Amino acid sequence: MTGASYETVETDVLILGAGGAGLRAAVAAAEAGARVLVVCKSLLGKAHTVMAEGGVAAAMHNVAYQDSWEVHFADTMKGGKLINDWQMAEIHAKESPERVLELERWGAVFDRTWQGRIHQRPFGAHTYPRLAHVGDRTGLELIRTLQDRAVHQDGVEVHMEVTVFRLFKAEGRIAGALAYRRADGSLILYRCSALVLASGGTGKMYRVTSNSWESTGDGTALAYDAGAQLRDMEMMQFHPTGMVWPAGVRGILVTEGVRGEGGVLRNKEGERFMERYDRDRMELSSRDVVARAINSEVLAGRGTPHGGAFLDITHRKPDFIKSKLPSMYEQFLKLANVDITKQPMEVAPTIHYAMGGVRVDAETGASTVPGLYAAGEVASGLHGANRLGGNSLSDLLVFGKRAGEAAAAAAKASPGHAAANLDQAEVEQAIADLMAPLARPAAESPYQLQAEIQEIMTIHAPIVRDASGMQSGLEKILELGMRAARCGTGGSGTLAFNPGWHTAHDLHSMLINAEALIRSGLERKESRGAHARSDFPKTDDELAAINYVVEKTPAGMQVEAERRPPMPDYLADAVQRSYARYTPEETE
Amino acid sequence: MTEISNLDLSIWRGDAKGGELVSYRVPVREGMVVLDAVLWVQANMASDLAVRWNCKAAKCGSCSAEIDGFPRLMCKTPIADYGGKLSVGPMKAFPVVKDLVTDVSWNYQVNKEIPPFTPSDKDLTSSEPWRMQQQDVERVMEFRKCIECFLCQDVCHVLRAHDLKGAFQGPRFMVRIASLEMHPKDVLDRRPLLKGKAGIGYCNVTKCCTEVCPEHIHITDNAIIPLKERMDDEYFDPVRSLLRRLGGKARKTPA
Repeated sequence: MTGASYETVETDVLILGAGGAGLRAAVAAAEAGARVLVVCKSLLGKAHTVMAEGGVAAAMHNVAYQDSWEVHFADTMKGGKLINDWQMAEIHAKESPERVLELERWGAVFDRTWQGRIHQRPFGAHTYPRLAHVGDRTGLELIRTLQDRAVHQDGVEVHMEVTVFRLFKAEGRIAGALAYRRADGSLILYRCSALVLASGGTGKMYRVTSNSWESTGDGTALAYDAGAQLRDMEMMQFHPTGMVWPAGVRGILVTEGVRGEGGVLRNKEGERFMERYDRDRMELSSRDVVARAINSEVLAGRGTPHGGAFLDITHRKPDFIKSKLPSMYEQFLKLANVDITKQPMEVAPTIHYAMGGVRVDAETGASTVPGLYAAGEVASGLHGANRLGGNSLSDLLVFGKRAGEAAAAAAKASPGHAAANLDQAEVEQAIADLMAPLARPAAESPYQLQAEIQEIMTIHAPIVRDASGMQSGLEKILELGMRAARCGTGGSGTLAFNPGWHTAHDLHSMLINAEALIRSGLERKESRGAHARSDFPKTDDELAAINYVVEKTPAGMQVEAERRPPMPDYLADAVQRSYARYTPEETE
Repeated sequence: MTEISNLDLSIWRGDAKGGELVSYRVPVREGMVVLDAVLWVQANMASDLAVRWNCKAAKCGSCSAEIDGFPRLMCKTPIADYGGKLSVGPMKAFPVVKDLVTDVSWNYQVNKEIPPFTPSDKDLTSSEPWRMQQQDVERVMEFRKCIECFLCQDVCHVLRAHDLKGAFQGPRFMVRIASLEMHPKDVLDRRPLLKGKAGIGYCNVTKCCTEVCPEHIHITDNAIIPLKERMDDEYFDPVRSLLRRLGGKARKTPA
């Protein structure tokens, strides 16, 4: 016995995360009649979804009449370099227009076309203008709409600033979770019949990232520890345009909307270098291509003074820039003292999004563990080897809804599961593990270890990787894992809002994600999408049908290659067909 | 801007029982914002320093604090604006949890009390996508820029100095109500709410909220004053009151 007491809270569906996916799942599950409890690490409405700027991709053909779900599907598959779960990509392309229109009926306010329809802007690797948007703060609009919908819905409760530490099963199904309140360290044992992971990404394991402190990969780590399979963990997206200067703001996102609205990339010699990398699509090529292009320019000595590329939108009128990209204008003016209506921005790739994550069933978001579901960035499959801009917000809506409905149905099918017997020894062990760093506050600082993980990943799993670099990175991560298991809190033993203690536990999640990324990266012996290798620079067509699946075994982490079934003919045709190029003059 | 190598940073440390400013010496990097300095202290000198933050790009509204007594977002405040010395404290209008973290849960309760977006039955059941003009939606877009940093609530003297949280919902929620009332598709009448529970009469338009808004929302001019006018028209205009008695128009009121 550890002596630490806990409160027990019971619900039908427990949702981890209150970003777009979690809130959409909550609304869906409650509409299906389930009692829903949403648990989030921050305050409600602060989740990473607010950072989404450019828009939500949906083939509503409001701007380009030629658009259809088939083209959106084909763009998503081609962008993902064909290792996407094609069934997810099909569902996503078909259902996202409906999900966007539904948001509008819940009060969201999008920019309009001259006919009064929802306006859609062009974006990288989308054949047609497809992103419904609100200036450059689409994510905020989405989360605020869902937040209001959820809090005014009967049956939805939200626990803010609570971190889930471990999941428990009963009779082989997920049945609960141990969590702590960040404010006072008090413990909660959640009991549930089904659980939806909607906890976002893993970007915090890198030093230069657009992600916040929250993106420590908790969801993938909790799922992995509970026995669920992870997939495509080697696929980590570098967004081509993060701020590079001043040092204090390095990594902060510069929306792809800048390029969508006509922004051009130049190297220090003034050359529009994308010509040499993707002559057809130029700046609006897919993110993996643009990110590597900037990286190559810098390595070739053609970078800007602070090691990036110039992103220039000064040829547009100041009023246009301020109305279409208001938060970018503000961000550069305030943080870098740069007026983007008069001067170019300096940008370089920044870690942005995890395409890999929990392996889920396409229709329901079910993981390989009964009762455990996942939606949004924590899940995998839709984006394959590279995510297109705008596809994450539509992902949240489409699969958040589906996961919420499936979890509610599962809870209904097994009433009383939330009261099933948990293994009390397991619960006690989890509490002991959670409290352990507090008993040795002066041991190694978790902040120091976190910085070391970021250093290792930055050096050993960069934008272009190789076997020897990843191998030595893996050894360092494993060695660091042993130190993290013994780490302290940075000096304080208090339970009251103690970020040092919280960080000590974040390390565990980050290390699992780092190990999975490197191990999967070593297995994929080719370059594809976000996974570029200098020792295997070519794409291997044989590997297009392969996904790498990670699982916890008694012998440690195992990575297996798995073959996907081929696409049915009508989908394969949609990918191979060539679509008319979009020219604004013909349409507008 | 002056080049400085070290920052003399005082951070309020304490909890509901009390606390004090503690001074830290922080090495300065180019372009550093106050949040960077606070997080440096957390990682290197005070591991249990409590602070909220998320996006670090002025989009989430988590890192609200009072910098030299002025309500600001820490992620948006360059330390170069100060002469090598500054202090950071928690928002004073809300109860302190610990250090820079305050209990803002009251705001979430208030939000629940405001009836949500309510379109007409006809719009709700229509199978056609809605049509709205850009100029009609732009008005509410200003209000929907709100990132809920609660700095306007912090600076509002009704809430801060007089602690009338039961009587006035505060500038944030006047903006929220304005975003609903002026939405082209919303048909609910929230004037009874404005006059009653929302307590709009408590605002005496000193515009302090507008001054601290990091999203530059014209809270007083564009949200509160038009809402006050709507309410006055409804309740205090003698001519309209007479006309209403002679048979006025019906508007949907909350149940």
